[in-house]
Amino acid sequence: MSKSNLPPTQFELEISDDLKTEEMTLSMGPQHPSTHGVLQVILKTDGEIIKSAEPVIGYLHRCFEKHAENVTYHQVIPYTDRLDYIASMNNNLGYAIGLERMMNLEVNERAEYLRVIVAELNRIASHLIALGTYGLDIGAFTPFLYVFRDRELILDLFEELCGARLLYNYIWVGGVAYDAPQGWIDKVKEFTDYFEPKIKEYNDILTFNKIFIERTANVGVIPPEVGINYGVSGPSLRGSGVNFDLRKDAPYSIYDRFDFDVCIGKGEMGTVGDTWDRYWVRVAEMFESVKIIRQACDAIPEGDAKETVPRNIKVPPGDYYMATETPRGELGYYIISDGGKNPNRVKVRSPAYSNLSVLPAIAPGVMIADLVAIIGSLDIVLGEIDR
Amino acid sequence: MDATVAFFYDLIPALSNLPDWLSYTIIGAVLTVGAFLFIAVFALIGIWLERKISGHMQDRLGPMEVGGWHGWAQTIADTVKLLVKEDIIPEKADKFLFKFAPFIMFTASMAAFAALPWSARFIPANLNVGLLYILSVSSLVVIGILMGGWASNNKWSLYGAMRSAAQMISYEIPVALSLIVALLLTGSMDMQEIVRGQAGGIFNWNIFGYFPLLFIAFIIYFIASLAEVNRTPFDLPEAESELVAGFMTEYSGMRWAFFMLAEYANMFVVSAISTTVFLGGWQPIAPFLDFIPGPFWFLGKALFLVLIQMWLRWTLPRLRVDQLMYTTWKVLTPFSFALILLVSFIKVL
Repeated sequence: MSKSNLPPTQFELEISDDLKTEEMTLSMGPQHPSTHGVLQVILKTDGEIIKSAEPVIGYLHRCFEKHAENVTYHQVIPYTDRLDYIASMNNNLGYAIGLERMMNLEVNERAEYLRVIVAELNRIASHLIALGTYGLDIGAFTPFLYVFRDRELILDLFEELCGARLLYNYIWVGGVAYDAPQGWIDKVKEFTDYFEPKIKEYNDILTFNKIFIERTANVGVIPPEVGINYGVSGPSLRGSGVNFDLRKDAPYSIYDRFDFDVCIGKGEMGTVGDTWDRYWVRVAEMFESVKIIRQACDAIPEGDAKETVPRNIKVPPGDYYMATETPRGELGYYIISDGGKNPNRVKVRSPAYSNLSVLPAIAPGVMIADLVAIIGSLDIVLGEIDR
Repeated sequence: MDATVAFFYDLIPALSNLPDWLSYTIIGAVLTVGAFLFIAVFALIGIWLERKISGHMQDRLGPMEVGGWHGWAQTIADTVKLLVKEDIIPEKADKFLFKFAPFIMFTASMAAFAALPWSARFIPANLNVGLLYILSVSSLVVIGILMGGWASNNKWSLYGAMRSAAQMISYEIPVALSLIVALLLTGSMDMQEIVRGQAGGIFNWNIFGYFPLLFIAFIIYFIASLAEVNRTPFDLPEAESELVAGFMTEYSGMRWAFFMLAEYANMFVVSAISTTVFLGGWQPIAPFLDFIPGPFWFLGKALFLVLIQMWLRWTLPRLRVDQLMYTTWKVLTPFSFALILLVSFIKVL
């Protein structure tokens, strides 16, 4: 194997001309344990080394757009839950804000704060799953159960808030579905105090484990320009050192009132933009989310969170593109209204879809084990890719 | 065989009245059944233990329902399930090799039990090259894996089998070399001789010989033996997140169970070897504890090492193929060579 002109984890087999070799075509998925759902990747391999990787998507297509054309504006919200089912709150948020901006609707203060709290809690829950499943991809089983233990607490909070544990249908146009029950805010504060030290636990068992670093540093490097060209966003782009976070760059809701940092990859363990950086951005973002939740819990005003929720949604004709920062990146809703009861069209710009599209560009030359690490580090959710 | 036969004659005097061929056959059969039962029971307990240990390490309880007390009958229930499961052989598999592979693997790990010294008097086959015998038969395991992976006619299985072949052949070198370091000290390949040489308490064990040289040899052996039995962080042949289940992908039911059984038997065998060679075998920790019988010490030490293997499995991630090869060829092998040189040098002086 030669390592010339290639990053230290990308290989090329040197084969003499008189040796007859063949590439092997390998279908990875849709029933493979670490494609994070029903993704199929067609691999061409030379031994363990990958020559090309083609993602095949569509196994989880559920006609989101067609559904959205045939139901009322409010009825679309449960469908948005099912896009990125790991971070439903964030999905609701983007759609609701998009419609509010089209309708010029002011949202009650308390509802705004509740929205930020649940969105950030959901971001933590989503990043926890990203961490745990990434550990699984690398072969560490135990962190997976640690993160599920803590995610469970977030789900309990959500259950108390809106009765659902995964698909919340909580953020409605003009506000939220239910006001927070008595003492709920205190429980959220308690959770942040419990959770922050736990991040150190994950770091001890996984992040700074020598084997884990060896497996992830210098692997699957996405150079910033490649990431931007492919439309990568979210932690996957920030891992490449690009400072792009819609919460800061195009503030929506009340994010401009909070003090938090945008975490970017610095290449501490290897090259900027490797899988470890993408992983580390997620860990660091959990700290930032905790910071935002604390500030929101302190500043949340009294009032009726359902005050501004309209009975009927009348959207003036026109179109609007609303992009928000979900745990996976820029989730955009392009909503077209013809003034009727149903949306004319709701097109979703899905971050996981664009993030996955970078895979064929960075996969050639890595080993099968690294491909698993790369797919894991992009943190894809097939529900959102296939819609 | 003489010592063993004498042991059995002592135990059951009636045996000595029978003709030799008959008594030898009876003793052989009893030993084989005994070894098989031990492996089966050990695997049952081992799997249950691993589930409980991993459960508690991961903030959960593990099996709690079957059998009442902490789910003790869970693996028994699972075994029954595996026994009555439909036996699936892929249509395009090489049927003969596919059926044969689990037995090769199981036979190889079971054959190693023949030369394990359980106490001062009981060793199924007292060979004068016991250690060499164990090393050779346990390397047959790789043939079973390769066979299974090839016969499955599945690309993931093939990957698992190829990885396993490369891995086990590479890691046998540091395994053998680190054992040679201990052999230099003992001067014999006879398992009983090796153990007898470590009499007189914990500080006479080989692991503390020429401290810390033999200790390093022990660590090298332990790491390499993890790779020999495909345990984390070297579980690449069956890496479930990369290769689905590696060479076991197409296996189900009892054939799969035999692979599993062999894996646990192998875990015990490598632990038993390090117990014998480095940790004083059936010798007690201190001479005054002599009254506790040898099998207790032997089993205790071996199980302790098995426990460490389980602990590591639930803590560490998995290496990549090239890192695996790097570890053996550029770290473990040179170090064990250096140890051999050092120890022989000191010994000559």
